[in-house]
Amino acid sequence: MSTLDKSDVEKIAFLARLGIDEQDIPEYATNLSNILDMVEQLDSVDTEGVKPMAHPLDAVQRLRADEVTEVNDRENLQEHAPETAEGLYLVPKVIE
Amino acid sequence: MQWEVVIGLEIHVQLSTKSKIFSGASTAYGAEPNTQACTVDLGLPGVLPVFNGEALKKSVMFGLAVGAQINERSVFDRKNYFYPDSPKAYQISQLYYPIVGEGHIEIDLEDGSQKRVGVTRAHMEEDAGKSLHTSFLNQTGIDLNRAGTPLLEIVSEPDMRSAKEAVAYMRKIHSIVRYLGVSDGNMQEGSFRCDANVSLRPKGQEEFGTRAELKNINSFRFVEKAINVEIERQMDILESGGTVTQETRLYDSEKNETRSMRSKEEANDYRYFPDPDLLPIVISAEEIEAIRQTLPELPDAKCERYMDELGLSEKDAKALTVDRDMADYYEKVQQAIDDAKMAANWMLGDVSAMNNKNGLEFKDCPVNADQLIGLLKRIKDNTISGKIAKEVFEAMYSGEGDADAIIDKKGLKQITDTGAIESIIDEVIANNPGQVAEFQSGKDKLIGFFVGQVMKASKGKANPGQVNQLLMQKLKK
Amino acid sequence: MHNKTITELSAGLEAGDFSSVELTQTYLDRIHSLDKQVNSFITVTPEIALEQAKNADAQRAAGNAGLLNGIPLAQKDIFCTKGVRTSCGSKMLDPFVSPYDATTITKFNDSGAVMLGKTNMDEFAMGSSNETSWYGTVKNPWNQETVPGGSSGGSAAAVAARLAPASTGTDTGGSIRQPASFCGITGLKPTYGRVSRYGMIAFASSLDQAGPMTRTAEDAALMLNVMAGHDLRDSTSVDEAVPDYTANLNDSLEGLKVGLPKEFFSEGLNDDVAKVIESAVKEYEKMGAVIKEISLPTSNLAVPTYYIIAPSECSSNLSRMDGVRFGHRCEDPKDLNDLYIRSRGEGFGPEVKRRILVGTYALSEGFYDAYYVKAQKTRRLITNDFNQAFDDVDVIMGPAAPSTAFKIGELTDDPITMYLSDIYTIAVNLAGLPGMSIPAGFVNNMPVGLQLIGKHFAESKLLNVAHQFQKETDWHLKAPESFK
Repeated sequence: MSTLDKSDVEKIAFLARLGIDEQDIPEYATNLSNILDMVEQLDSVDTEGVKPMAHPLDAVQRLRADEVTEVNDRENLQEHAPETAEGLYLVPKVIE
Repeated sequence: MQWEVVIGLEIHVQLSTKSKIFSGASTAYGAEPNTQACTVDLGLPGVLPVFNGEALKKSVMFGLAVGAQINERSVFDRKNYFYPDSPKAYQISQLYYPIVGEGHIEIDLEDGSQKRVGVTRAHMEEDAGKSLHTSFLNQTGIDLNRAGTPLLEIVSEPDMRSAKEAVAYMRKIHSIVRYLGVSDGNMQEGSFRCDANVSLRPKGQEEFGTRAELKNINSFRFVEKAINVEIERQMDILESGGTVTQETRLYDSEKNETRSMRSKEEANDYRYFPDPDLLPIVISAEEIEAIRQTLPELPDAKCERYMDELGLSEKDAKALTVDRDMADYYEKVQQAIDDAKMAANWMLGDVSAMNNKNGLEFKDCPVNADQLIGLLKRIKDNTISGKIAKEVFEAMYSGEGDADAIIDKKGLKQITDTGAIESIIDEVIANNPGQVAEFQSGKDKLIGFFVGQVMKASKGKANPGQVNQLLMQKLKK
Repeated sequence: MHNKTITELSAGLEAGDFSSVELTQTYLDRIHSLDKQVNSFITVTPEIALEQAKNADAQRAAGNAGLLNGIPLAQKDIFCTKGVRTSCGSKMLDPFVSPYDATTITKFNDSGAVMLGKTNMDEFAMGSSNETSWYGTVKNPWNQETVPGGSSGGSAAAVAARLAPASTGTDTGGSIRQPASFCGITGLKPTYGRVSRYGMIAFASSLDQAGPMTRTAEDAALMLNVMAGHDLRDSTSVDEAVPDYTANLNDSLEGLKVGLPKEFFSEGLNDDVAKVIESAVKEYEKMGAVIKEISLPTSNLAVPTYYIIAPSECSSNLSRMDGVRFGHRCEDPKDLNDLYIRSRGEGFGPEVKRRILVGTYALSEGFYDAYYVKAQKTRRLITNDFNQAFDDVDVIMGPAAPSTAFKIGELTDDPITMYLSDIYTIAVNLAGLPGMSIPAGFVNNMPVGLQLIGKHFAESKLLNVAHQFQKETDWHLKAPESFK
């Protein structure tokens, strides 16, 4: 049984930078615990020696030729951006 | 307590492809903000990455150059973290199956000996954009032109024991990537950047101490300084009984200190997993072999050859082969004048001295190989003497033109006309009867005095060989 | 006109019975007057539609009619459409006007098709009922108190209500087949990689696949002829020749080997739905098919495997929605984390948040092997089961969903039961196989879909099997009362 508590949910939500209302946290904790219980059915399956499958088809990556195919389209791409100035996307001050 | 320093480096090399690693946008440096950031680089909803084959080829070249295992199957993973210069909030990198496995290089130590430093691995990844501080109401501006530029991250073993060794390693890697042409290695433009992991342990102890990671140190000089101040900082802590915190630190070159980077300290959990938008990168043994055939001669091999075939000393050969631009320059000059030693002496002497004085790299030297050849040929054909040549070279360096033009303009052509030299000699002999008598009574050393006088009278233009010969004839009469 | 199939409409356009402008206007009028009952569109694009229709008519007059010249279509709002809001059913992307077209959209444009608008969907395609859309629940045209299924619920409802002759959907765990089943239409999820994912907003990259939602198998074949193909912008798209999917529609089914997985007919399946499926299978027997019981022993692992892989991938795919370059941004962020946390907190609904949280947890340090790697292994076991089954049979059949459409609100407090409504479809995505749902009958006047599953790249076979059924039955011709 996986039981996630309030602080687990808060920690995960911060990793995902996801705002969650305080009063909803217990419900998320219950939901998540139930989902984890459901997926824990897999624990009982013997997967010894099974190769993990990342992809439905056993294909390999195609290689693109090294050519510049894109042109400057800044105006179009920034038309609906939340906040820009002088071609830059603006965010609250980043402190390093 | 005696402390041992342990250093490992992570070097980020921008691969010199025309287009980005996962998009067709240009990688050219210095464009207006976000004019080279296409839908893929911006991480717009719905876009997908397509891998640039040239990045693979260049990575394999590096791997082969350091004698590393090339993994025929490598996989891109996502490294998840939120930061405004990382538009998808994940970086496509290679954690579990990198393209380049274990290799090694040899570095030269100050005492003249060599040391082998292990390369743990090298993997391909995409570069991030840049955060710029702006005048806009206390906000940061994001330029994503650099986002998606291909990087090769080269991770060393913790084999280095001093800042000097770390610099030697970094220089060697720099030299190799420049030789291979896989990167322009331009440190001012950020094409070659270094993170250093530094820790201390009591001498004789096997276990490593806690390390600090110094981020983004972008010159050879700063790497040395940053590591040294970090060593001092850690030693102070340890000596006073404290413990070093594992953290990321930033080197401040103005204050010459390192400080903790708060922004990187928020509970990092990168949640790596294979990028489902990309398939495994597969390269066959035959393809790897074909790339091996294209590798240029590397610095160590070149150095050997200069010693064996051109008869240069180890010191000269090494000095000439560190920088590919210098080696290429040298070979061109050497072949044209067919005099390996003369070419080496000039390059390591006057040319290097002037470059150092002006703070220039070889590739930026204002006198190019063809111009230097023009000068050295005039020494060889006795148009000017070696001494005059230095004067001509300085004029060339300050942009006064080619050797011939300067020689002409300044009237520096050597005097080889026997009659003209003889009349100078006659005058010198006439003016110094005392010395003539001494010479003729057996004081042979005085020949130097006469040569000096003749050269002085000819303003350095008389051919020294001829002067010598004619003086002997006339004085012995 | 609105009861005609694409095939019939194309013939009418070619014969000059009506123009594309007239046809398009007919559908725009129907959407205008009827869509308030079902809420199947998020955005209707009349100007674009009429402009495209005009061009289509001109091209036909000039003898340059493309494959779908003049045919009005509804596009799921998951496909980026240049100059048109592309919301993905989310407040997060409500302000997002795409600056580029998805490959699928480009292909439809090139074929001369007309876009009527963008259809409603579960937020970021996460849901099985279309109740998670920020633009409101879609209602099932057969009974407006029930759900249309999801996530392509708007696309299914629009076709069932005759508000569009056909639409596009996407299917990550059943999102084409389950709503097709609930709404009584034909839905095809092609083999993974058959249709480009470029410009289709990603939910779970290794599972997502776009496909047609139509009234008939023949129409699905016509749509797939346009949609399928290799795309240099999608590394996971497959470089395999695209056949003419209409070429084999009329092949005989004599001797066709059909497998019925016993696990699909066990506990959890509604009895009346089971009866409909059994009688559909009998129909196939009459056509000469050989029916065989098979076993897919790892079927029970599909839902748990999916609920690790899909949330993990989505947690990462949706991280780019950060309020910086596009989409929703919170008011007056006080610092960087505040910008991220509030923009994402306000932009995403509860189901999307649940899945992001599950995925973030499953990938986090210390759990990655136990969850993600484990699920990748069970994914292979599930795939192996199918491969083994296809050694003996040509097509696998079963129900598309365990029940008919459920009531709006019935399962919203019970995510797990909601997840189980995709129990028969999810394994097909994990294995990357093509699957279809076709109308097979009714229970209490609500449609039931028969699911057909084929081998990789066996779309032609599935379409043939579906078309033959539709020649013998008329379930696919039934229309809901209020939309006849």
